[in-house]
Amino acid sequence: MSPRAACRLDTLGFEHVYDYLPSKVDWLARGLPTEGENAGQTRAGDLVRDDVVTCRPDSRMADVRPRVEASPYSFAFVTTEDGTLLGRLRKTALAADPQAVAEQAMEPGPSTVRGHLSAEKIAARMTQGELNTVVVTSPEGTLLGVVRRQDAQAAAGR
Amino acid sequence: MSETILYPRLRELVDQGAQLVEVLPEEEYADEHLPGAINLPLKHLTAESTAQLDRRRAIVVYCWDAL
Repeated sequence: MSPRAACRLDTLGFEHVYDYLPSKVDWLARGLPTEGENAGQTRAGDLVRDDVVTCRPDSRMADVRPRVEASPYSFAFVTTEDGTLLGRLRKTALAADPQAVAEQAMEPGPSTVRGHLSAEKIAARMTQGELNTVVVTSPEGTLLGVVRRQDAQAAAGR
Repeated sequence: MSETILYPRLRELVDQGAQLVEVLPEEEYADEHLPGAINLPLKHLTAESTAQLDRRRAIVVYCWDAL
């Protein structure tokens, strides 16, 4: 819709017109402030926990496994150096060959959500899908962390 | 000719005093909008409705998402 609006302003003779193509969803996903009747509602970005284990593609299971065992989760995420999410290492992968590297053992492209989703929507999705956690990434694909079901449900008042 | 921008450029323009225009319907604007944005729904973008905009300053339009 915004490209058409920008074009319309062009035709009306405006000379300094910009189209913020990713639009409101991008703004919200960055956790930036808003105004309006529903401004300030709790969103996925507000519920993110960043205590999940991460490792690089060349990390060995022997090194990642003990870190995961000491964490509140049974999995780890594989990211690039700049934090872009590449994959997930599940319990079974972590328990397999200790010499295997993350890139071989990971499940690539795990499902993610953006930080703009409301706590209510997140809670409904997690309840329906029986998910204990959901993964939250930035619009650029950077891992932000996970939201736990109990946190989403509490924020949504369920 | 309008220019498509991403967040970093938006930030610069807003810092320079750009006018933000949400082109979604009124209810969606009322629900939640970017700070300082005004609402000019696409269906009502006319010479009359846009007369309130300052032609000398940058205008940034946005909707819900890129789809």
